[in-house]
Amino acid sequence: MIGHSKSGNIRKEYEPLFELRGITKAFPNVLANDHIDLKIWKGEIHALLGENGAGKSTLSKILYGFYKLDSGEIRFLNKTVHFHSPQDARKLHIGMVFQNFTLIPAMTVIENIALFLPDLGMVLDRKQIIKKIDSISKRFHLEVKPLAPVWQLSIGEQQKVEVLKLLLANARLLILDEPTKVLAPHEIAALFKVMRGLKEEGYSVIFITHKIREVLECADRITVMRHGRVTGQLMRAEASEDKIIEMMFGKTKIKQVERIIKAGTTSSKPLLEIKKASTKAHGFSVGLKDIDLKIFQGEIVGVAGVSGNGQKELGDLILGLLKCEKGHKFLFGENATHWHIGRVRREGAAFIPENPLSMAAVPNMTSQENMAVNNTRKYSRRHGFFIDLATALADLEQSFENLGLTAPPFLCPIKTLSGGNIQRVIVARELAQSAELIVAFYPTKGLDVLSTTAIQQVLIRFRNSGCGIILISDDLEELFSMSDRLIVLYQGKMVGHFKPEETNMVDIGHLMTGVRG
Amino acid sequence: MDNKLVSLLKIPTTKKSMAETLLRYLVIILFAFTVFGLVLFIAGKNPIRAYADTFTSIFGSFYGFSELWVQMIPIMLTAVAVALPSKMNLINVGGEGQLIMGGWLATWAALTFQGLPKIIFIPVLMLFGFLGGALWAAIPGLLKAKKLVNETISTLLLNFVAPLIVSLSVFGPWRSAESAAYPQTPAFVDAARLPVIPGTRIHLGFIFAIVALLLFWFFMKHTKWGLEIRAIGGNPEAAERMGIRLQWYILIVLFIGGGIAGLAGMAEVTAIHGRLRIGLSQGYGYKGFLLSWITGGSPIGILLMAFVFAVITSVGDTLQITQGVPYAVINILFSLILFVVLAKPALKGKKK
Repeated sequence: MIGHSKSGNIRKEYEPLFELRGITKAFPNVLANDHIDLKIWKGEIHALLGENGAGKSTLSKILYGFYKLDSGEIRFLNKTVHFHSPQDARKLHIGMVFQNFTLIPAMTVIENIALFLPDLGMVLDRKQIIKKIDSISKRFHLEVKPLAPVWQLSIGEQQKVEVLKLLLANARLLILDEPTKVLAPHEIAALFKVMRGLKEEGYSVIFITHKIREVLECADRITVMRHGRVTGQLMRAEASEDKIIEMMFGKTKIKQVERIIKAGTTSSKPLLEIKKASTKAHGFSVGLKDIDLKIFQGEIVGVAGVSGNGQKELGDLILGLLKCEKGHKFLFGENATHWHIGRVRREGAAFIPENPLSMAAVPNMTSQENMAVNNTRKYSRRHGFFIDLATALADLEQSFENLGLTAPPFLCPIKTLSGGNIQRVIVARELAQSAELIVAFYPTKGLDVLSTTAIQQVLIRFRNSGCGIILISDDLEELFSMSDRLIVLYQGKMVGHFKPEETNMVDIGHLMTGVRG
Repeated sequence: MDNKLVSLLKIPTTKKSMAETLLRYLVIILFAFTVFGLVLFIAGKNPIRAYADTFTSIFGSFYGFSELWVQMIPIMLTAVAVALPSKMNLINVGGEGQLIMGGWLATWAALTFQGLPKIIFIPVLMLFGFLGGALWAAIPGLLKAKKLVNETISTLLLNFVAPLIVSLSVFGPWRSAESAAYPQTPAFVDAARLPVIPGTRIHLGFIFAIVALLLFWFFMKHTKWGLEIRAIGGNPEAAERMGIRLQWYILIVLFIGGGIAGLAGMAEVTAIHGRLRIGLSQGYGYKGFLLSWITGGSPIGILLMAFVFAVITSVGDTLQITQGVPYAVINILFSLILFVVLAKPALKGKKK
C-alpha cells in the first residue's frame, strides 16, 4: 500500500500487522481517545507513552476488543476487522497482560495456563502442557515452577505466567499494560530481556508505560499520547529525553520539587514510636512482624516495598485501624496502643490516601460536606443538632490558601471532580487542622504531574515546618527525592533502614523482593 | 459528531422537580391499577364495576375515609423503621417482628402497671413499645456490628420468631380467663387505651407517625448524626478512616429503627385491639418495607405513598366483600407497583 512493493514477499514485510485508524472513544466526561492513528509492525517493541489518563490503556483495550470503539477502524494485514469481544482479538493472535493480573491465586501455574488455552480438551493433559511450558519458557527466559500455586509466586513470577499463558495460546502481538509498575528494578531488567527475546522471534510487543527512561531502554518505536491524542511518534534512534518530555507535557512547565534542607527543629522525643509491634494477618494481607520505628519532628520517613508487603498495614497500625497483637505504639509521647482512630486523628495525625474517592471521601457529598463530616466535633452547633457548613467551607478555603493550591468548585458532589482535584480537597481537609504527623499512603498514585508536584511540595513544606511524615510509595524516585530516611518492608518485616544517600535503587529493589543484593 | 460528543460530556442534572416526581408516582399507580383491572377481568369480574364499588365505599362514607388514615399509621412508622437504617445501607426487613415485639412488651406493661393514671400510663406504654421493637432489632444490630451475621437475614428470620412469642404468651400466662375460647389477653384498662378521634378509629399513633417522619427528615438533613450516617452510607471505609464509629452506629440505628416499628405495635394493641391477640399485624412491617423502598426513604414520599397503600389495602378489603375475590389478590397489586418501581431505571436507560 505504501508503494514499496517490489515483490509479494517484500510487500508483506512493509505492511503493518495491525493498523488503527481514527480511533475515537468517549466516556462520560472524558474523551479518552480522539482520532488515534497507530501502526504496529511485526517484530517490534512499540512503546505507548503518556501520563496517567492520556488514553493509553483505553486504546490498548480497544485493540484487545475489551472496549467498543465509537468511531474509527482496526485493520489487520490491510483488511478491516471488527472486534466484539476479546475472543475476536485472540483469534487474530492478540494477547494482553492487564495491570491487575487475571490469575486465580488458589490454582497452580499449569491450571491457570490450561484455563486460557483455546484448544483445551475435556481431560487436562498435564504432561503435554508441562512440556509446552518448558519449551517456551526456556526459549524466552520465562522459567516458572509449573506446579506451584499462583499465590506462592512473587509479582514478577506471576507476570511471567501471564506472558507464558499468552504465548501458549498462540498470541503474536502482546500488549503489556504498565508491566513495570509492580516490579523491582532487577525484575524490570529481566522483563526487558524477555521482550527483546520475543522481538527477535518475530513477536510484536506493545509496551505501555509512563516512564521515559524505560522507553529509551527497550523500545524500537515510541508513540506519545496526551489527553487522548497522539502527540508524536518517533523511532528509537531519533528519540531523546527532552523531545519526549515536550511531547508528553506540551508547554506546561514542570516545577521540580524543591527540597530545602532545614536543620534544627528536630527534638529528641519522637512523635511516633512503634516498639516490637506485630499484627494479625487477615485473608490475603500480611501481618506485620516485630516492627520498630520512630518518627521525629521535621523528617520524612519513606517506606519502600512491593505492594502488599505490609505498607497498608503499617499505615493502618499508626492510624489505629489495625490493632497491635504484640508490642506497643506511642503517639506524641503517650501510649496509644489502644486508641481508636478518632482519637489518633484528634491528637494530630492526618491521613492522605492512595485513592481518595474510595478511602477518604464520601463521593455523593460535596467538598464542603466532606470537610464538615470529617470533624463533626468542631462543626457541631447546639450539641450536634445543627452543623455549621459555612464555617467548614471557610476553613476549607483557608486551607487551600495556606497550602497554595488552586481550588476546584466546592459545592458539587466531590465525585464529579478530577482525581487530582479530589486529592487536593482531601489534602486541604486533612491539613486544615494543625497536623503533627502525616501518614501519606501512595499520595501521588494515579495523579497527573501537576497534582503530583503540588502534593509533594505540600509535604515538603510541612516537613520543613516541623511535621513528621511517613511516606508510603511504590515510586522509588519519589521516595529517594523526598525522604530523609528510608525503610524497606518485605513480607511484613522491616528488612532495611537507610539514609537515601547511603544506598541506591538497585539495592533497595533487591531488598523489596527478598533477594539479598 | 461533535454535537454527540458534547452531549456525552455533559454532566446529567440530577435535580428533579416536585411535579415530575408526583407525575411519576401517578403514572406508576395508574399503570398498576390498569393491570390489576385486567387481572380482575380475567377472574371473571367487571373491573369498572368493582373499582366503582370500592371507591364509593372508601371515599363515599366518612367512616370508610377515616379508615384510610388508620391504615396509614403502622405502615408509615414501619417505613421509617426501614428508611433510617437504609441511609447506612443496612437492610432492615424486620419491621414486622419489631412491630409485634413492640406490641408484646407494651402489652406486658399494660397488664403490669394497671392503676396508673392515663397521663403517665400512655408515655410508659410508649416507652415499653419502643423498647420492645428496639431490643428486638438490637439483636441483628449487635450481630452485624460484630461482623457475624448479615442484618438482612437475621432481621427477616426474627420476623418468624416474634409471632411465636406472642402465641406463647397468649396461649399461656397472659391468657384471659373470661374469654377462654380465644387465645388473647384480658382487655386493657381504659387508662391504657390510646386516645382516638371520636366516631373513627384514628388514634394518637397518627401523631407518632408524623412526628417520626419530621424527626427523621430533620435528623438526616441538619444534625451531626445525620451527616455521619450519610457518610457511612456513602462510603463506609472513608467514614471509618474519618474516625466515625461504624459499629456503634450500626447498633444504634437499628435500635432506633426497631423502636419506631415497636411504637407502631404499641399503637395497634392499645388503640385498635385493646388487648394482645394472635394476628396483631397484617403484614404492616412488609408493607412499610415496600413503602420505604419505593420512596427511596424520602419522608414526604412515605407520607404520600402511605395514603396510596392505604387505599389499595381498603380496595382489597372491599373487593373481598363485594366481589368475593380473596384478599390475597391485593398482593398482586402491591407486587405490580414494586415491579414498576424496580423497572424504572431500565426504562430510563432505554431513553438514552
